Amino acid sequence: MSADLSDLYQNVILDHNRRPRNRGRIPTANRSAHGDNPSCGDQCDVFLRLDGDRIAEISFDGSGCAISQASASLMTTQLKGKTSAEAERLYKEFHEIVTTGKEPEEISDLGAFAGVHAFPARIKCATLSWHAALNALHGDPAPATTESHKD
Amino acid sequence: MPPTWDRIRDQFPILDQKVNGRPLVYLDNAATTHKPASVIAALDRFYARDNSNVHRGLHALSMRATDAYEGARSRVKTFINAAAPEEIIFTRGTTESINLVAASWGAANLRKGDVILLTEMEHHSNLVPWQLVAQRTGATLRYLPVTGDDGLLDLASLDRVLTPEVKLFAFTHVSNTLGTINPAAELCARARALGVTTVVDAAQSVGHMPLDVQAMGCDFLAFSGHKMASVTGIGVLYGRRALLDAMPPWQGGGGMISSVDFHESRWKPSPERFEAGTPNFGDAVALGASCDFLDGLGRDEIRRHDADLAMEARDRLSELPGIRILGPGGERGGLVSFAFSGVHAHDVVTFADEDGIALRGGHHCNQPLMRRLGLTSTVRASFYVYNERREIDALVDSMRRTIKFFGAGG
Repeated sequence: MSADLSDLYQNVILDHNRRPRNRGRIPTANRSAHGDNPSCGDQCDVFLRLDGDRIAEISFDGSGCAISQASASLMTTQLKGKTSAEAERLYKEFHEIVTTGKEPEEISDLGAFAGVHAFPARIKCATLSWHAALNALHGDPAPATTESHKD
Repeated sequence: MPPTWDRIRDQFPILDQKVNGRPLVYLDNAATTHKPASVIAALDRFYARDNSNVHRGLHALSMRATDAYEGARSRVKTFINAAAPEEIIFTRGTTESINLVAASWGAANLRKGDVILLTEMEHHSNLVPWQLVAQRTGATLRYLPVTGDDGLLDLASLDRVLTPEVKLFAFTHVSNTLGTINPAAELCARARALGVTTVVDAAQSVGHMPLDVQAMGCDFLAFSGHKMASVTGIGVLYGRRALLDAMPPWQGGGGMISSVDFHESRWKPSPERFEAGTPNFGDAVALGASCDFLDGLGRDEIRRHDADLAMEARDRLSELPGIRILGPGGERGGLVSFAFSGVHAHDVVTFADEDGIALRGGHHCNQPLMRRLGLTSTVRASFYVYNERREIDALVDSMRRTIKFFGAGG
């Protein structure tokens, strides 16, 4: 396997794909948003229980490739307990990681997604769940679609 | 160089390359096929010697270009055995051909209460245009079911859905996802007996097998050049002349009128009525050249070659753990699509690309069918005249490595 491909399918990603965390609807969710990637059919729903401005609980459901499923799973572990401003900051960092290959500032599993930048067609796979999460956070009723974002 | 099966790969310059360090194995032919040197040369020759705007031209180049364009129309007429060249309308491709029928025939003939009959295996291009015309006219859509993973049309249900309210029946000849070859002549005969107009989507069939529109008995038939060894941007709508002559234009402009006044115009007959503006004559010439190429190989031979590869691939892949293969167990068109439990199609395609193998993964513009079968995506391998059995070996080896990597398939 080439270096690029093994960078893409890191162990962290394979593990989250095989054993997704926080999968399924939270019964007490007070926010949710749907995201889809029309070019490949990937779908992702994100459910939040917001406590004031803080994400008390978060989960996802959906279908898609290993990159999109692992990204959604890992995202839920990263966003739990964060405020909306912290979530926005984390997304900005994640976006930079997947588009440039930059390592995260602090040691974080998000770095596992740095290999995505070598596969431009797969960036949308990695960011789909994040778009849905931010829409849920903002209470945006429109479904998130990867087509309306630059990535 | 006349087309021959011997050294056929040498006639396709694009195949002589490596991808990710491996010889290219191109198995994405249902999306688009490659072009032989003879077709590329025909395009090159036209632009280097004969290019000029067609029709109304009184100079030598315009007359040559017109002859080349109308010659291509006659060539296509022979290729599908239409009754007259006037039954061949050049379009951008299958999608535009179907939209033409929907916009022109549909708007003139469909009313509230009418039913448009489709099948559950239609490509979005033979589905969305009918949704649009249904919204405009008040007609409704109805579907002939697919039986299941074996991908056959449920012909036992045909009497139930083909009722007197049905005005139009549009169906695909060969499914781009299932590989099913539908009994087009039988379906057209059943429709005709009730006075129902038929539209056949031949995008996946016309370049792969003999096709005779008069024997099939269809009213309209649509296909694209780029899926039959020709170039992108050119396609065909075949229509029975009596129907075409009764249809209003769908786009207005130069070339399609017999006279224009400030407030009204009169239309030329088909095909000009449906070819407003400067037509795509250069690519039409390339389409004529691809007809020559495919007939040179023999279309019965092409059908056998593509189907043999697809059936062998199906049989070899079926030995892999956790695989679900769609489509008929017997004869099929030149493609096989499949899904693995635990590995998504896009991951499979990314791994295959690493091995130099071009596959397609996704919903194949067949979302309703996918949902109906409980799938979101499949991997598709599709074959054409230049593919070889050793490429099936490469495909199966690559699939085996991929499912091992993901620890899938049990």
